[in-house]
Amino acid sequence: MPALQTTTTLREFVTTNFYIPPNLPLDDATSFLEQGILDSTGVLELVSFVEGRFGIAVRDEELVPSNFDSLGALAAFVERKRA
Amino acid sequence: MMRACFLLHDLLADSAGARPDAIAITCGGAAVSYRELDRRSDALARTLADAGVERGDRVMIYAENGVDAAVAFWATLKANAVVVLVHPQTKPQKLAYLLADCRPRALIANPQLPFADPAGASQHLARVLVTGTEAWTAAQARGAPPRRTAIDVDLAAIIYTSGSTGEPKGVMLTHRNMVAAASSISEYLAIRSDEVILCALPLSFDYGLYQMIMAVGAGARLVLESSFAFPIEILRRIAAERVTGLPGVPTMFATLLAMDSLAGFDLSSIRYVTNTAAALPVKHVLALRDLFPAARIYSMYGLTECKRCTYLPPGDLVRKPDSVGIAIPNTELWIVDEQDRRLPPGQVGQLVIRGATVMRGYWEKPEATARKLRPGPLPGEQVLYTGDLCRLDDEGYLYFVARMDDVIKSRGEKVPPKAVESAILEIPGVREVAVVGVPDELLGQAIRAFVVVAPGAALDATAIQRECRARLESFMVPTQIVFRDTLPRSGNGKIQKTALV
Repeated sequence: MPALQTTTTLREFVTTNFYIPPNLPLDDATSFLEQGILDSTGVLELVSFVEGRFGIAVRDEELVPSNFDSLGALAAFVERKRA
Repeated sequence: MMRACFLLHDLLADSAGARPDAIAITCGGAAVSYRELDRRSDALARTLADAGVERGDRVMIYAENGVDAAVAFWATLKANAVVVLVHPQTKPQKLAYLLADCRPRALIANPQLPFADPAGASQHLARVLVTGTEAWTAAQARGAPPRRTAIDVDLAAIIYTSGSTGEPKGVMLTHRNMVAAASSISEYLAIRSDEVILCALPLSFDYGLYQMIMAVGAGARLVLESSFAFPIEILRRIAAERVTGLPGVPTMFATLLAMDSLAGFDLSSIRYVTNTAAALPVKHVLALRDLFPAARIYSMYGLTECKRCTYLPPGDLVRKPDSVGIAIPNTELWIVDEQDRRLPPGQVGQLVIRGATVMRGYWEKPEATARKLRPGPLPGEQVLYTGDLCRLDDEGYLYFVARMDDVIKSRGEKVPPKAVESAILEIPGVREVAVVGVPDELLGQAIRAFVVVAPGAALDATAIQRECRARLESFMVPTQIVFRDTLPRSGNGKIQKTALV
């Protein structure tokens, strides 16, 4: 799957499963935590989605903001894991 | 240990006087010394007073954990006003309710505030300050606080709690209430000035707020985390900051204990671990003892209306793992039956709490207040009828049995089923709903919604959960959706939840 498609899949999951305030533009760099889109439970839901959807296993030490706190970061992480 | 003081912010003045250069709070990359916290909150108190905030006025704080929220908290007290801390993920509808209910004179909010025009949303607001702006920097730049007019029987804070009715109730706490609670808890936890307390609980949750109050009271250091979303970051922080105190809720400890890389972190600095909001499963208690062999582990229980009822002395943990312990220092408890007669050990009845921590009542809710606060042993005294069913053993240790109403406790938060049901019923296509709590090892209780949809309505579980997220705080969103054709009803037409699970 090309990287663009990964981002699209992730965006679709996030926008359909979490509450995005109507006035918030969700770009690839928007911080999920700072913008209040995800909390700790939301992050866990996101982990189980990427594990199931992309067939990867997220290790404890990979569950960090630099991998999970924005669409762009998450897409890059997923691509690295699949490479 | 803490010195005697009348007003809550005397704790800050004392620590700023005694240890001005000690770091009071770190959060992310930011750190603030006691001198700086004192000075910034002095200046912000001046700004609030100049904006028209007077003694007894409410100041609402809508901000994530951080130095800004801390400065705003202490500044409000110094302005002789009443703090209302609101969780930064509060949804617009609930926020509008809170604004209308407590009518704050000033609002300190982060840029994510879901109102373009908060002053329009609440006519009583004289000033709105948005953190991170130039105006926010200027608001805490200089100035002396206004003259001290509050006394210890005045309100210090209103803490909103979800009751069984679904309508949030503001628990009114005086300075005396909060100083008494902080003193009592600091005493049994033996909090020292060299403590480093890690708080990943929101400051809008009284359990989180008291971490800051007790750290400041002891002149200790508070390490604030914005959330528990990335547990590995918490573990790194514990090791890097040599954290000594770790307060948590069962969900957090369950997450930590499930991690496979725990052994790679140096957790030896931890001196005490506290748990409240729901009971820890015994196997987690034992696992925590293995993980933190040098730490005292405290199992605690309480409600916002009196801050805390009981704690289990760490030495009793193995002997009485099911007990929530004994009354916190300087408070008293007993059990009554439905006729208000005191019950002997072994019998289940309602828990009553007596002491200086008992709230002043629910903000502008006299009927709800009258159900909880009733005359005590001395003339004019009021004691707290907790609404919790408990029993005592022969040694005076308390055992929690159940809430008298059916409030669900999920992720350490109270979830009134009715509030969730109301939100689901607003979704077009939903015909009926019943929400119950079901046991869940991670969450304490999981929220399960039984839903009846109208014929032809295209609603699946994901759609319902998504709609819930737009209407409810995330901890209130059901994790389980079960579709039914009908719901069982009793003779008088009420849905019979007992027949559902």
